[in-house]
Amino acid sequence: MENLQLVLPEIFLSLSIMFLLILGVFKNNSPRLVQNLSLAVLIITAVITFNETIGINETKLFDNSIVIDYLSSLMKIITLLAAFLVLIISSNYLKTFQIFKIEYPILILSSVLGMMVMINSNDLIVFYMGLELQSLALYVLATFNRDQIKSSEAGLKYFVLSALSSGLLLYGCSLIYGFTGSTNFNVIANQLNSNEYALTFGIVFILVGLAFKISAVPFHMWAPDVYEGSPTSVTLFFTMVPKIAALTVFIRFLYVPFLNLIDQWQMILIFLSIASMLFGAIAAIGQTNLKRLVAYSSIGHVGYALAGLAAATNDGIQSSVIYITIYVLMNLGLFSCLLMLKRNNKYFEKIDDLSGLSKNHPMLALSLLIILFSLAGIPPLAGFFAKFYVFKAVIEQSMYFLAIVGLLSTVVAAFYYLRIIKIMYFDEQKEKYDTDHGFWLKFSLTASTLLILIYFIFPSQLIEVVSRINII
Amino acid sequence: MNFPILSSLILLPSIGALFLFFTKSDKKNNFTGKYVALFTSAVNFFLSIYLWILFDPTTSEFQFVEERIWIKDIINYKVGIDGISILFILLTTFITPLCIISVNNSIKERLSEFLIAVLIMESFMIGVFCSLDLVIFYLFFEAGLIPMFLIIGIWGGARRVYSAFKFFLYTLLGSVLMLVAIITIYWLNGTTDVVELYNSGIDIRYQNILWFAFFSSFAVKTPMWPVHTWLPDAHVEAPTAGSVLLAAILLKMAGYGFIRFSLGLFPVASEIFTPLIYTLSVIAIIFTSFIALMQEDMKKLIAYSSVAHMGYVTLGIFTIQQQGIEGSIIQMISHGIVSAALFLCVGVVYDRMHSRLINTYGGIVTIIPKYSILFMLFTLAALGLPGTSGFVGEFLILMGAFKDNFLVAVIASLGVIIGAAYMLWLYKRVVFGKLINTDLKQMFDLNRSELFILSCLAFPTLFFGFYPDPLINTIEVSISDLIDQYNFELVSKT
Repeated sequence: MENLQLVLPEIFLSLSIMFLLILGVFKNNSPRLVQNLSLAVLIITAVITFNETIGINETKLFDNSIVIDYLSSLMKIITLLAAFLVLIISSNYLKTFQIFKIEYPILILSSVLGMMVMINSNDLIVFYMGLELQSLALYVLATFNRDQIKSSEAGLKYFVLSALSSGLLLYGCSLIYGFTGSTNFNVIANQLNSNEYALTFGIVFILVGLAFKISAVPFHMWAPDVYEGSPTSVTLFFTMVPKIAALTVFIRFLYVPFLNLIDQWQMILIFLSIASMLFGAIAAIGQTNLKRLVAYSSIGHVGYALAGLAAATNDGIQSSVIYITIYVLMNLGLFSCLLMLKRNNKYFEKIDDLSGLSKNHPMLALSLLIILFSLAGIPPLAGFFAKFYVFKAVIEQSMYFLAIVGLLSTVVAAFYYLRIIKIMYFDEQKEKYDTDHGFWLKFSLTASTLLILIYFIFPSQLIEVVSRINII
Repeated sequence: MNFPILSSLILLPSIGALFLFFTKSDKKNNFTGKYVALFTSAVNFFLSIYLWILFDPTTSEFQFVEERIWIKDIINYKVGIDGISILFILLTTFITPLCIISVNNSIKERLSEFLIAVLIMESFMIGVFCSLDLVIFYLFFEAGLIPMFLIIGIWGGARRVYSAFKFFLYTLLGSVLMLVAIITIYWLNGTTDVVELYNSGIDIRYQNILWFAFFSSFAVKTPMWPVHTWLPDAHVEAPTAGSVLLAAILLKMAGYGFIRFSLGLFPVASEIFTPLIYTLSVIAIIFTSFIALMQEDMKKLIAYSSVAHMGYVTLGIFTIQQQGIEGSIIQMISHGIVSAALFLCVGVVYDRMHSRLINTYGGIVTIIPKYSILFMLFTLAALGLPGTSGFVGEFLILMGAFKDNFLVAVIASLGVIIGAAYMLWLYKRVVFGKLINTDLKQMFDLNRSELFILSCLAFPTLFFGFYPDPLINTIEVSISDLIDQYNFELVSKT
């Protein structure tokens, strides 16, 4: 008998989704109820995950097809909390566009379920199943504002390109299956024969698929369009939550079955990382739309997280996890600011709309200032430490080229963050924005800003949390 | 555990800033806000004087050391001072209150935000001078960019945006290599604690490249030729108080860094790269002096003169002679005071006439005599007239340089003459001559606060000019031990 307790979070979440779907059918006009229940479900799932699985040693279930260990529990909790925050701050935005419907929270829950399966996966099939579950939900979410042509366009683009990458990924899986005779990560690891070029092909195809999901260069083309076209609350979801899951799969996929083929994939990872960092920094300079700019900046940040993975040490993996956590925090703050740029039921997303914000809304501008400097990686803010840990891991492996390119691209990236600050602080003021924001929006902005600001006082805590991640 | 005096010095201005942040900023409260800021920085000044009294100049050991666990097993928060750093802390705490008094006339809007930025800046600057851990040092060194960027960008002149960006990106670009070097040192030696690194030394094979990474950061910050171009822009566009902070303290971070880290950690590499520093310093002295001679804008002229003066500083540091390094430190302190005063002098006339161009003025000596006298004093101090603090520094540097390299010393001495030329010519064109511009007649002489600030700055200029002993006593032992250590490492490693 399998120990079902360990998959209780997933079981609970899937049952809740079904229940909420049925509830939605009967109470079609009460999205608020479904929303609140979904929030409760996310929190309860997080609590169950914390209670049941965080302390246990690595355990494999269902014929070794899923794995429960500290990494998966931690990433699931981060995913659930991030999804919770996205859901809770997006309701006002959705109401403005009259798309506050029962489907929205249910779709988010489904994609979260997919991500949890991905995070747990120790088998190519399970991994693919989770990936597709989350992707399908995300396609629909991208088109959620279906009356707007841009939103539909975003969804379609995302669907077509994502399907293509899923195809490549699946092809990679089949190659690996063909040459090792198994889809299980551990079995693959034992069957490896590094002379097989086809295996390398398989890895490359899977890496392409994964790189697409986290929008690493050169598989990033969809990100700016999709981020711009989707409703802002969905963009927030896109920039944060799927990246956590995809990063975990990256870790799991590279370090469990293919650790011995490190020579084959390390160069690819370094290339992805350098290309993302540089491209993210340079391409963002010319942007005028904040959401597009965030898209490019997130491409850059993914590059830094990958740099940690490229180091191929436990330190590197831990630094990547820290990076993505701090990145999620910063993005949450950034989007809370974006969701506050509302006037007369209209949301503003051009950079110029921030002009003179510091005079009209000094507190909002100050928070954004702190978040942007943190994104640029200026000490003593949290973003600096994120980069510091990554480069500490990278330099330990004597990968100086990666470190120097990465740090130089922070200088380039600093330019466009500074440009936003310049517009907020040095330019002339425009009309005021509304100030009647919901409690949770204010809360998430204040909390994320404060955490970023005072992170330097307690830097050890986060390190302790991730220090138990031991993959290699 | 003793009273953590250094941490209090670092924290106090920030607490003041926090207090200002929570007081509402309407017109009336701006007034009280200013007193809050002034009070905090004045308390900090007296605290640092007290620190100087407690300071024991007979040892080169680090004093008032505080150590706390910060990032577990990786970095400890460690601060402490020796004879080299204490003077810079004093300079910082001395200049900041004067800056705050000077905002009366120049900053018209968003006063309390300005004061917050200045106070936070003070915290960071003190942090730079007393941190004994490379990462902590880097943290403070870089963090200072944020308030300075805002000071230039929000309260600056017409081309403020360009200047603020240039300042920020130049400095950041210089510093990232230093971060790589710091992390490399961590992996080489397992620690970033400066004291432990002094004891253990750094592997000779890595010294050159690490030295260069630190150099890239300090050279931009000093600024040395040819990466000095951000400085004139930043100075010209920054508000008076910003220019003062920039010239008086920010530039000194790099000089301090050269002494503390380049000499202290990488003696072998420093010896190898001395010719490079000499060349760049001499070019800075001669070349930027000539540029200064041709400037139309008073602030720009003083900015270029700063580059030339910092050229003497780097020259003096790398002579590795007792006189040379002592001279460099005194030159930095003196330049901190004098250039602050000169920028304030420019600020005074700018507030009245709203022009920084030299040809706007001329013949103002009869209209504003008090101003003219003080301006003369600082002009003479800037060109190094005996009896002013500027002379002591330059003289010692040149003495050190003559011991080390005759040719360099001769060329650098020529720089003194050009320095005298541009400063005196500036003074002549602004103060003497015929009164052509009749608008100038409406100018009024120094008001009380301006007089107070400039006299405060005039006092140490003259005092240390005639009697530099207190300064030299403070730094003497630390420097001679530094040089002994340097020579010892050099002999044992090569």
